[in-house]
Amino acid sequence: MTAVALEQASARVRDRTVWRDVTLAAEEGELVAVIGPNGAGKTTLLRVLLGLQPLAGGRARVLGREPGAANARIGYLPQRRSLDAGTRIRGVDLVRLGLDGTRYGLPLPGRRSREASRRVAEVIERVGASAYARRPIGELSGGEQQRLLIAQALVRRPGLLLLDEPLDSLDLPNQAAVAALVRDVCTRDRVACLLVAHDVNPILGALDRVAYLAGGRAVVGRPEEVISSETLSALYGVPIEVLRCADGRRVVVGAPDAPFVHGHRHGD
Amino acid sequence: MAGLFHYPFMVHALEAGTIVAVVAGVAGWFMVLRRQTFAGHTLALIAFPGAAAAALAGLPLELGYFGSCGLGALALAGVRPGNRSLESAATGSLQALALALGYLFVDRYHGLLSGLDSLLFGTFLGVTSGQVVVLLGVAGVALALLSAAWRPLLFASIDPAAARARGVPVRLLGLGFLLVLGLAVAATSEITGALLVFALLVMPAATAQRLTTRPALGIALSAAIALAVTWGGLVLAYSTVYPVGFCVTSLAFGLYVTVRLARRPC
Repeated sequence: MTAVALEQASARVRDRTVWRDVTLAAEEGELVAVIGPNGAGKTTLLRVLLGLQPLAGGRARVLGREPGAANARIGYLPQRRSLDAGTRIRGVDLVRLGLDGTRYGLPLPGRRSREASRRVAEVIERVGASAYARRPIGELSGGEQQRLLIAQALVRRPGLLLLDEPLDSLDLPNQAAVAALVRDVCTRDRVACLLVAHDVNPILGALDRVAYLAGGRAVVGRPEEVISSETLSALYGVPIEVLRCADGRRVVVGAPDAPFVHGHRHGD
Repeated sequence: MAGLFHYPFMVHALEAGTIVAVVAGVAGWFMVLRRQTFAGHTLALIAFPGAAAAALAGLPLELGYFGSCGLGALALAGVRPGNRSLESAATGSLQALALALGYLFVDRYHGLLSGLDSLLFGTFLGVTSGQVVVLLGVAGVALALLSAAWRPLLFASIDPAAARARGVPVRLLGLGFLLVLGLAVAATSEITGALLVFALLVMPAATAQRLTTRPALGIALSAAIALAVTWGGLVLAYSTVYPVGFCVTSLAFGLYVTVRLARRPC
């Protein structure tokens, strides 16, 4: 099933068109990265898919329904949240909130509660966090926290994962490990995943498709089609090099992290 | 010691103390988790002018405590969250105004001067059976609200962005929690006084969070500790010359320090 389908979509934030004419699809089991500098509208794209913001034009379907209608089947990981070092809550409780954190009333012990505990343990095992899930989350490293947050997003067996900068502020080995985990979840659990990042390199080898957002435009396609010096240089408006390593991997050099302002902000 | 229960004032104080301790322990656990101790302190200082104004107007003190804490909670909720420095500056401004107003009302009402100490530092001599009934009702409402909403409130407290995306009404819960906290603070003020509410609102919760990271166990433990220090403090105050606010606070502080020293902070 097509998990995400955007057709000629455009979005505005406070009278500014952040992007227009974006056509993008993510199928079951696919990992799609949304790449772009800060301010390119990557988070806006996730907000549109969650139904938190209407499109200014075009069409959007999420898990076969209008955006917002299928949120219970979306696992959403907001951009790097500050899980405070002093937060005295265990990882298992954090994951459990993903399962029943929206429920009112006191949880009664019983079959339902046991099933919930079993599901939480299973998903924690799935992301490889069993060793530290019972420690306070504030004590854990960024990579460990990120695994638990991904477990929280996965706990209700979503059809679509929306991950906002999951690799941000992780060191290189953890970036690679989290990227590999997300790839594995997509393939084995048949989940579609839209992953937002400002740097494509840590996940380049794991992607099925990539969408570049910059300067209000988008370029979408398979990595080998889209990631070339010509395409990226034209999109960003600065020279960008795509290098090929001896083992065939590509590396993108020169993509700016900050928005490149050339006049496309006249509407401000 | 058995003579303790022969005096109606002591029985009322123990009843009121028990109710207050449970509410303060539970609400305090969420307050500490949500890092809203400054807001809680401000509500307590808002309780002071409320009570003083009620005394000045010849109204029941409870009306002043609960009315002013309710208004204070609404005012604090009106301070837009998100910007921490703005939030704490606005909260601090409100706190200063509250103290100034309290001083004004006390100044205008000279007959209350003898009661100033108990408004600020608590008393257990004056608790009537009517007050106990009011406290019981307020505590029932506060605990019912907290137990109904505790999972969404926990979610919104630890992880507001994810909670909001899942449809948890984060802002509404924030407002609701401030109102419940206002109730808890007003109730606690009647026993410990406006300045010592933290003895029951912060210290038991902070001690419990040192001892366990399990939410349900932590909440229960926080209430149990609040209960223990309240009873201990009342008995201590009864059998010594020391005021009750001092006794309760010292016991709570002693327990907190012991737990902190015994268990290395993580």
